[in-house]
Amino acid sequence: MDFNFTEEQSMVRDTVASFLQDKYDFETRRKIVASDSGWRADYWKAFAEELGILGASFSEDLGGLGGGAIDNMIIMEEFGKALVIEPYLGTVVIGGGFMKHSGYAGAASVIEGIIGGSTTIAFAYAEPQSRYTWRDLKTTAKKDSSGYILNGHKAVVVGAPFASHLIVTARTGGAQRDTGGVSVFLVDKSLPGIVTRDYPTVDGGRASEVYFENVSIPADALIGGEGEGLPLVDKVIDEATAAVGAEAVGVLRKLHENTLDYAKQRKQFGTAIANFQVLQHRMVDMFINVEQAVSMTYMANIKIDEDAATRAKAISSMKVQIGRACKFVGQNAIQIHGGMGMTDELAIGHYFKRASIIEGLFGSVDHHLKRYESLSFDAAA
Amino acid sequence: MNLDFSPEDVAFRDEVRAFIAENYPAGLREKQEEGEEMAKEDFLAWHRVLANKGWVAPAWPEKFGGPGWTSVQRYIWSEETARADCVPILPFGINMVGPVIYTFATPEQKERFLPKTLSGDIWWCQGYSEPGAGSDLASLKTKAERFTGDDGKEYYLVNGQKTWTTLAQHADWIFCLVRTDPTAKIQEGISFLLIDMKSPGVTVRPIITLGGEHEVNEVWLENVKVPVENRIFEENKGWTCAKFLLAHERSGIAGVARSKRGIERIRAIASTEMSDDGENLLADPVFKRKVAELEIDLTALEYTELRTLAGEAAGKGPGPESSVLKIKGTEIQQRITELVLEAAGHYGAPYFRGFPNDGDNAHPIGPDFAHRSAPHYFNVRKTSIYGGSNEIQRNIIAKMVLGL
Repeated sequence: MDFNFTEEQSMVRDTVASFLQDKYDFETRRKIVASDSGWRADYWKAFAEELGILGASFSEDLGGLGGGAIDNMIIMEEFGKALVIEPYLGTVVIGGGFMKHSGYAGAASVIEGIIGGSTTIAFAYAEPQSRYTWRDLKTTAKKDSSGYILNGHKAVVVGAPFASHLIVTARTGGAQRDTGGVSVFLVDKSLPGIVTRDYPTVDGGRASEVYFENVSIPADALIGGEGEGLPLVDKVIDEATAAVGAEAVGVLRKLHENTLDYAKQRKQFGTAIANFQVLQHRMVDMFINVEQAVSMTYMANIKIDEDAATRAKAISSMKVQIGRACKFVGQNAIQIHGGMGMTDELAIGHYFKRASIIEGLFGSVDHHLKRYESLSFDAAA
Repeated sequence: MNLDFSPEDVAFRDEVRAFIAENYPAGLREKQEEGEEMAKEDFLAWHRVLANKGWVAPAWPEKFGGPGWTSVQRYIWSEETARADCVPILPFGINMVGPVIYTFATPEQKERFLPKTLSGDIWWCQGYSEPGAGSDLASLKTKAERFTGDDGKEYYLVNGQKTWTTLAQHADWIFCLVRTDPTAKIQEGISFLLIDMKSPGVTVRPIITLGGEHEVNEVWLENVKVPVENRIFEENKGWTCAKFLLAHERSGIAGVARSKRGIERIRAIASTEMSDDGENLLADPVFKRKVAELEIDLTALEYTELRTLAGEAAGKGPGPESSVLKIKGTEIQQRITELVLEAAGHYGAPYFRGFPNDGDNAHPIGPDFAHRSAPHYFNVRKTSIYGGSNEIQRNIIAKMVLGL
């Protein structure tokens, strides 16, 4: 039993951390967010070529470094600390996840593109009505002679403006909320009939509403079995949730650390506010929340390859803890910063915004409590 | 990163499980299941079984009678004993004064006290708290003045009052912090003394707590004559022993395994008790939600404890981070008792004082678990107060970890 990272994993962490320290300081990030493109394609290229981290979580026979979920966890935590915008989650964790688990014939070449930095992926799974029920799909893929015809509207597709490809969930059968009949497709974003409306998100990212209007996609765009996509989607979203948990840990650590620094230097009533016991205890409770979030993130990433029910229970309990910590630590960080916490100028508010979005990403606290309950009680009852 | 036990650890776990199954006294298991209070003999019965096996003091070094277990083995041990609902080994001798003695005492003192502590022949109680010195331990006032006896030997004359002394009514010896130099700074001038409870001038008075239990006491020390040879470590350096002991006291305080059993118990209760809607409580969305939240919190605590354990196994001592375990562990223990009381509904109210130990055969009314639910809830309020209140734990983290 050990919680230690391998030498390779520690190296990945050091490489990422030192790159971000040099090139992704808060002012640089602010410029990236404000730029027309909203991301740094040259940084993405550096991740691929200079750092080699886009391959960290892929096996060696696919051209990767032989790691897995733990490597994604390490990278995402560092990205969280720097509030990195670039689409590691969509491309490597989600896109790569579908490629690893689906038995997709073209997987090797897609992964090659991911590792090399030429393929970027956004995951189009949510719809205006679906909320957190991934199987609630109005988007349809109808078979025709050359492949499928895709129609529908996907909501808040994060990273879509930067993506070369979309992974799209659509109904090839069944009713809107059926478990069966869900299929997954890898779609070239430049195909005719794909209309996007791009916009910024409150946490500094970019997303799109994506409309498919009779988009003709080839038969080999289908990932996994036709109509059998839901378990695959569940698995990949669980993996993505575990990775987002790690990103949250990075964000939470910074929220806490910045709050401690601020409280030590900010004077009120002739003394640093860090001397007030009520604030000390608040910051201790923030610390406890961070530590519990770290523990849960380790637990979830370690259990990621277990059977579906064990995995889902682990992920949901993690996301409950993460969601709560994001709220508690985030809100208190702002409170302790006082008026300065309300300004756009300080980094703290930007961490709070990312934490608040992570709270609802891939399911809110309530959503995951319900899922946990159905796995933990209803099965036994 | 790997959370699996090694094959050796799995074999150890199986050995432990088999040993408990074969050797845990049957009468005790029934008493535990009934939620009865344990008598002195109950505690000692299991203590003696373990002493004979050499397992009573998992953390002690082998040369003083410990089993030489790794930190993972000690963790497995605590998991398995909790799983089997074993009556706990009282901490006062094994986890508190024992380590102080083998770390700070003279060879003669070790020889005199350690074997009897292991065998259960000395029942220890702790004389730390005083009416004016709870979490602010260093403000203690009990005085020990040195004098030469008629026999020409050196003694301390001890005067003062200790309080919250757990199970002192059974104790053979008390370990005390006493002030030997009233002129010194507050944390200096304190000494660590062992006092025979049969000494003239020692009086034990019961304190009955909210749940009706006689668990704690006042101990009055009036002109008690204590030989100087009963002092551990140097005169006026008792604070060193005190801090060392407190660090030991906090380890294992998370109580994860016992809380897991507590939640299993809630699930069993809630699967038979009825909700307002005429279904069982586990089908009630609000009650179910509370149990789920508790389970998730406990999982997070479990993994925080495992991280601490992995740190210890890698040579990092249990640092001030263990205060996190104390705070979260005790909060969870308290929430478990809250839910049991909630589950009891109006049958939480009837009070059967002392049942079933008072010779009164009238069986409590309501479901079996219910009559102990309120007293237990009341009793467990203590966990966020003792061992350094949770507020003090927060002060420790603020100062030692966060640098505030």
